Amino acid sequence: MSVATTEPGAGKPLVQVRDLAKTFDVSQPWLNRVLEHKGRQFVHAVDDVSFSIKRGTTLALVGESGCGKSTVARLLVGLYEPTRGRVLFDGIDTAETLRSRRARGLRRRMQMIFQDPYASLNPRWSVADIVGEPLREHGIVGPETSAEDKSTTKRLKARVAELLQSVGLAAADVEKFPHQFSGGQRQRISIARALATQPEFLVCDEPTSALDVSVQAQVLNIMKDLQHRQGLTYLFISHNLAVVRHVSDQVGVMYLGRLVELADKKTVFTQPRHPYTRMLLDAIPDIHMTGRARTPVQGEVPNPLNPPSGCTFNPRCPHANDRCRVERPALLPSGSAIVACHAVQEGRI
Amino acid sequence: MNAPLLEVRHLKVEFPTRFGTLVALDDVSFDIVPGEILGVVGESGAGKSLTGAAIIGLLDPPGRIAAGEVRFDGRRIDNLPYEDMRKMRGRHIGAIFQDPLTSLDPLYTIGQQLIETIQTHLPVSTAEARRRAIRLLQETGISAAEQRLDQYPHQFSGGMRQRVVIALALAGEPRLIVADEPTTALDVSIQAQIISLLRRLCKEHGAAVMLVTHDMGVIAETCDRVAVMYAGRIVEIGPVASVIHAPAHPYSTGLMGSIPAMDEDRERLLQIDGAMPRLTAIPRGCAFNPRCPRVFDRCRFERPELLDAGATRAACWLHDSKLEQAA
Repeated sequence: MSVATTEPGAGKPLVQVRDLAKTFDVSQPWLNRVLEHKGRQFVHAVDDVSFSIKRGTTLALVGESGCGKSTVARLLVGLYEPTRGRVLFDGIDTAETLRSRRARGLRRRMQMIFQDPYASLNPRWSVADIVGEPLREHGIVGPETSAEDKSTTKRLKARVAELLQSVGLAAADVEKFPHQFSGGQRQRISIARALATQPEFLVCDEPTSALDVSVQAQVLNIMKDLQHRQGLTYLFISHNLAVVRHVSDQVGVMYLGRLVELADKKTVFTQPRHPYTRMLLDAIPDIHMTGRARTPVQGEVPNPLNPPSGCTFNPRCPHANDRCRVERPALLPSGSAIVACHAVQEGRI
Repeated sequence: MNAPLLEVRHLKVEFPTRFGTLVALDDVSFDIVPGEILGVVGESGAGKSLTGAAIIGLLDPPGRIAAGEVRFDGRRIDNLPYEDMRKMRGRHIGAIFQDPLTSLDPLYTIGQQLIETIQTHLPVSTAEARRRAIRLLQETGISAAEQRLDQYPHQFSGGMRQRVVIALALAGEPRLIVADEPTTALDVSIQAQIISLLRRLCKEHGAAVMLVTHDMGVIAETCDRVAVMYAGRIVEIGPVASVIHAPAHPYSTGLMGSIPAMDEDRERLLQIDGAMPRLTAIPRGCAFNPRCPRVFDRCRFERPELLDAGATRAACWLHDSKLEQAA
């Protein structure tokens, strides 16, 4: 199912996700299971998630910790293999391709930016090594293109410098090591590394949540500029709704491994339909709401090992009835959004 | 106006190192009156947590208060002996930290920890302490408090643990609470619950709160006044609405503009280029001058004090009235 976006210039979907599911085995070791008479235990981290992202646009996934948004990100770039469902990248099945010989060609076209710029850069490598690795690995700057008299190393350095400049760092920074940079600068190095293979699709897993606000603004601005210049497509994972509102074209709201609402940004923020989306929007503190009390949300996210029956949101939902406690709602269109909620479908809210 | 409960005057915190003495906090002054919530905001390394730690006497060595004083209810507390300060903490000043898991002992039940804290500070019997512990848990919104009292921290979720930590901070019925990033480790929906809880308790108990956070949204909805810190100094202090909507210091302006807002669309966020200076290399004059869009000569040589700037006070030469008269 896809949602009609009104975004001008948006072409065919670059990424299509169909009924994606990932189950993790969290069972106790065999001996414990036998002695304690316990069965196997599974967490359904992602369950039946479908969406598509048009070329040159940004889809943001939001949700609280443990809702499966990072798992979706990792499934998309092939860091996890899906238990069920498919990810189509430009019409190609990614899981299948990544197992085949064509994996390298596909990997080049999609890259990932991670949350923690302190953990995602090798402290013993210089920036030239870090940003140059994908160039060497994919043979983008390799011996086969050496027509000129310049050596490969020199051309590699030149390309790395160019990449660094595109994210607002100095060309001279190639000689430095990660510890010589601040958090925001490190995140720019991660972005430069991700851009090295000239990908079409970037998966950004909470790229700014480890950063201070003024630095976050720098990184978000760079990401937007790059999208305009290079027509990049983003999947943007965040728990910060204000950031999501700033960067996204479409927004998907996740709760306990499932998409509960998917719509274009305007619809989500002006006419949220799912009670969980409404609750999230009510719960965010905003700098312009001085003195206004937030509506505190009731309850907490249930244990994903033992999710509630029916709609997983029902114990916290003010509109839950008997049907919600038994029957799991499907994602169905409602206006310009698609929503998984019985109350919305029945017109109760 | 009430007499201030907490007075901080020209507080200076230093860290002696092999490479010389680092001044982490310099000339920090502010007051908090009973029942007031003062927000302290700033980016990492601005010195906001250090201010909190200096007030409750929990500076990590070799950090030390080099100058200035802290007065609680008119009495100096920055030079108290360790044992006296320990009694002060918990009884008169409660502390809430960012990570609720490290604030609780995993080997003791919630009840044991609460009862111990209550009996340390108040002369009550164990039965009475237990009754109080249950009441505290109920007040902080924990259901089935009586059963949960005998559970261990790992049996609580993050939001519930933070409620327990708040209950612990309130156990001695303190008049001042220093809360250092109390909601940063929590999800937004839980964050809203904790913030409204803090506000309600502050109102009911008439306690003053110093809320340290980097989240302007939390500040906006919780605080009465806010102090913006940069490179170890307060650059602007004033009523929260004025600081957010009409900031007088260029750094505050940049900080507010860099936050994506929920009710307006901007293609680009306002960005302050560069990064906060390291403590080893704080620029001469105003520490913000290399990043400031409105910098002029004086800023590079002379350090501004807090000056009246309309509704707030800002440490910026733009608000020097003598200069305006001359111009």
